[in-house]
Amino acid sequence: MSLNFLAILPEILILIVAILILILDPFWKDESRRTNLGWLTAGGLAAALILSLLIGRPSDPTFAWGGMVRFDWLAFAFKMAFLFASAITALFFMDAERLGNRAEAYLLLLAATIGMNLMAAASDLVMLYLAIETTSIPMYVLAGFMLDDNKSTEAGFKYMLFGAATSAIFLYGLSLVYGFSGTTHLETMRSYFTTLNPISVGVLFLLIVGLGFKVSLVPFHFWAPDTYEGAPTSVAGLLSTASKAAGMAVLIRLFITAFPQVHGNWQLILAILAALSMTLGNLVALTQKNLKRLLAYSSIAHAGYALVGVVAANQLGLEGIVYYLIAYILTNLAAFGVIAAFGRVTGTDEIRAFDGMSRRAPSLALVMLVAFLSLAGMPPFGGFIAKVLVFAAAIQAGWIWLVVVGVINSVVGVYYYLTVMKYVYLYRLEGENEEALPIPVTRPQLIALVVLTVGIVLAGTVFGPWFSLSTKAALSLFF
Amino acid sequence: MIPLSWYLYLSAMLFAIGLYGVLARKNAIAILLGVELMLNAVNINLVAFWRYGDLAQMAGQVFAIIVFAVAASEVAVGLSLVISVYRRRNTVVANELDLMKW
Repeated sequence: MSLNFLAILPEILILIVAILILILDPFWKDESRRTNLGWLTAGGLAAALILSLLIGRPSDPTFAWGGMVRFDWLAFAFKMAFLFASAITALFFMDAERLGNRAEAYLLLLAATIGMNLMAAASDLVMLYLAIETTSIPMYVLAGFMLDDNKSTEAGFKYMLFGAATSAIFLYGLSLVYGFSGTTHLETMRSYFTTLNPISVGVLFLLIVGLGFKVSLVPFHFWAPDTYEGAPTSVAGLLSTASKAAGMAVLIRLFITAFPQVHGNWQLILAILAALSMTLGNLVALTQKNLKRLLAYSSIAHAGYALVGVVAANQLGLEGIVYYLIAYILTNLAAFGVIAAFGRVTGTDEIRAFDGMSRRAPSLALVMLVAFLSLAGMPPFGGFIAKVLVFAAAIQAGWIWLVVVGVINSVVGVYYYLTVMKYVYLYRLEGENEEALPIPVTRPQLIALVVLTVGIVLAGTVFGPWFSLSTKAALSLFF
Repeated sequence: MIPLSWYLYLSAMLFAIGLYGVLARKNAIAILLGVELMLNAVNINLVAFWRYGDLAQMAGQVFAIIVFAVAASEVAVGLSLVISVYRRRNTVVANELDLMKW
């Protein structure tokens, strides 16, 4: 319990980048220099990532800042993933019309990133609540950023109403947890929740409502499709990856650290929610006509798959879930990046508009193929190993029925992912010469998409470093 | 002294009224009001638990103050989003904002 600056090094570095943006914004008024904002944000976040990796690595888990944050590998692994995701999102922001040349957008992105980092590290209820709101509030604004766009304002509006209501429910749960245990600290709390009683089940329900909203589990998912469709595509990419992974990090830490004794209780609730999310997400995705909505339902299903790792609640499960979230962040950012690049030129994200895309933009179509196959769980991409790990963990822990549901759902997933690829590769634009309608890719998009594609392939082939990171993260939770 | 359970019943009722408001009302402003009631229920809980627990541990009070501050900023952002919707669509009724469904 000391002033350990290394424990919050990534947050400090993000704050420095945010202050630089605020200071430099007035000096970069002319149109040609506005792109500097995006480069500064992306470069600053990348520098923060590298610096943290070099000097900010944790050793044994310790508490810092009066027990507010826990400095361990679990938090560190998630923080690095969030820094990476935000840097990539900043690159996608640069080409988003009426978003990329606004300093506020980058500032909100950085504020949300600080919040997500603290969510991953928080080990005290007060910090936890504060971190969740620090993530949510900038995200509401980013989702509704396009003031002159009906869909975007509606997306922000719906996201905010759902978010405010569920965070109040979550907070009521936290207040009861505090009341019954007499402490706000997660580690000391565990000795108070040793027996099952109706009240602890009720409290668990309240907490699951709040976290279920963040990771968009059925039945708290209603905001997700509308918000993803209406929000600017790059923002939707961040919402579906980093913001969801942050919610999952809280879920892991809260349930494994604070309620290990009553896990029979929450495991069953979470298992049912996971099964519902996978099934409903995949089935409704089958009927979607809009690609962003399809990815929204697919992301609901993926939240279900990742949750299988939490349900297993053993070491392999935690390794699997960290691996899953890393692979998922890479994959889904790539998918949304391609949609953003395509939508910038064509102005639509209906699935039928993707007819003949492989001839209009062969490299974009290839990135999309890699991303969608990884989402479907095909080797040699990251999504395959991630799925194997979480399902293996669930079998190890005896949740056979859940794995059966998961595997059947993966097959459903393959169908709709490949249907989209059918439009991209097999269909032609009727009566048009596709080569004459190319889709240009700008430099920031090119950098981001190349990094993501290489990442997806690496996560699926070079298994070692990612898995050892996941193992360190998992072990740091059971010390 | 009034027993702790009275405060908990009060806050549970306040929370239930707020939740009912959130679920039943269609007007965005009314929904935000319901959220405020729920947050106030939380604050009653926190302060009561602090008062009837270990007085030297300040966590409950600190938590309540932070909830105040965050609730204020959340409502500020919420109302500004409501205004941005009102300017485009001339309504703040949640049912009428159905540009996107299924």
